[in-house]
Amino acid sequence: MKPAAFDYVRAEHLDEALEVLGREGSDARVIAGGQSLMAMLNMRLARPKTLIDIMRLPELARVERRGGLVTVGAGVRQAALLDWSDLGESLRLAALALPWTGHAQTRSRGTVCGSIAHADPSAEMPLVLRALGGDVHLRSARRRRRVAAKDFFTGMMATARADDELIEAVSFPADQKRCAFREVARRHGDFAIVACAAVATVDGIRLAVGGVADMPAARDFPRLAGSALDDALNAFAYELDARDDVHATARYRRDLVRMIGRDLVREVLP
Amino acid sequence: MSRWPAGQRHAVRFTLNGKPCAGEAEPRMLLTDFLRHQIGVTGTHVGCEHGVCGACTVDIDGKPARACLTLAVQIDGCALRTVESLAPSADRLGILQAAFKRNHALQCGFCTAGILMSLDCFLRENPRPDEAAIRDLLTGHLCRCTGYTPIIRAALEAAAEMRGDVSRETSDA
Repeated sequence: MKPAAFDYVRAEHLDEALEVLGREGSDARVIAGGQSLMAMLNMRLARPKTLIDIMRLPELARVERRGGLVTVGAGVRQAALLDWSDLGESLRLAALALPWTGHAQTRSRGTVCGSIAHADPSAEMPLVLRALGGDVHLRSARRRRRVAAKDFFTGMMATARADDELIEAVSFPADQKRCAFREVARRHGDFAIVACAAVATVDGIRLAVGGVADMPAARDFPRLAGSALDDALNAFAYELDARDDVHATARYRRDLVRMIGRDLVREVLP
Repeated sequence: MSRWPAGQRHAVRFTLNGKPCAGEAEPRMLLTDFLRHQIGVTGTHVGCEHGVCGACTVDIDGKPARACLTLAVQIDGCALRTVESLAPSADRLGILQAAFKRNHALQCGFCTAGILMSLDCFLRENPRPDEAAIRDLLTGHLCRCTGYTPIIRAALEAAAEMRGDVSRETSDA
């Protein structure tokens, strides 16, 4: 199908984008790489009156590491982050998960922040942000605020972003030396049936799961092994409230959480 | 800031296959329809229109991208290449196209234009790919008749020929 009609605004300064968003609110949508939004427009699941293109704003196209934080601007495409020379050193979990984010043909245009704004429960970038405990930097004409990943995702494709706000950037804590990522999908690059990310913490491990609940979920575990680990993973898998859908049953999803979870714990905490 | 109202056509200027090109598009017009109906280059195919099948893949600023997930107005000022750029002349196939023909890497041909453009972008940046890398790239495409084995064979053959490892001047492909 084709999108319904809309006005197209090409912002040349961030203030212009914020001004239009402030005035038009939920009637306007921001478009960056468009790799999620265009499909929604084509299927007419979204019918904005105005589309605000932010990809001509050079200040948004930056990846920066400052101290212990990596900040990725709203204009940074997934392929650009994957090409960032410091990625493996500074943001290893993203380096592991990005090759699973769509295909080369969509990573070339899709942005990191756009995927987080779209908040698909099985998408990789929201999962990485949740696993690392990153922040979403929101901005409107009136204010700027930072929202932690655990508070940003509020449901299936639902977030804490207000209608007059856009995501200016997201930031991730850097230096996760010990981390792992694994995903099961029908075809590499398709949406995950289950995706898991694991990061070593001070006294154990944090496991984050996508594709099961209606938003990415994370839990911290102490160092466990044997049946204690199995019991903890089983309890986590059940609490995620998995549902059957056309791709997989709830039971299969719980099996994957237990199995991948155990593998990742072994990988991260040898 | 420029605001392009709905329902009105706006000038879009870009480079198509190395030559300056211009057309008019409403904001909601997809790049697929713009190329086919406004510019008149019909090699780019329209499949699923939500980014899954890969038939509409074109080269935007050197990277493979879905034309169906791109608005015509977004490519203002960009350099675009389509499957029409691959043949050196009307009666000769490009290296990649000839390899597809030799290896029976197409039947109905619907998915072929997109796959060729993905491979063309990819082989320029990765002249020595292994089979796993080609398979990974092809996850972004659906082919429902030939299957992927001959496509992979053709891609590897074309890569070798582009590197100058094999000469096909005496072949009858």
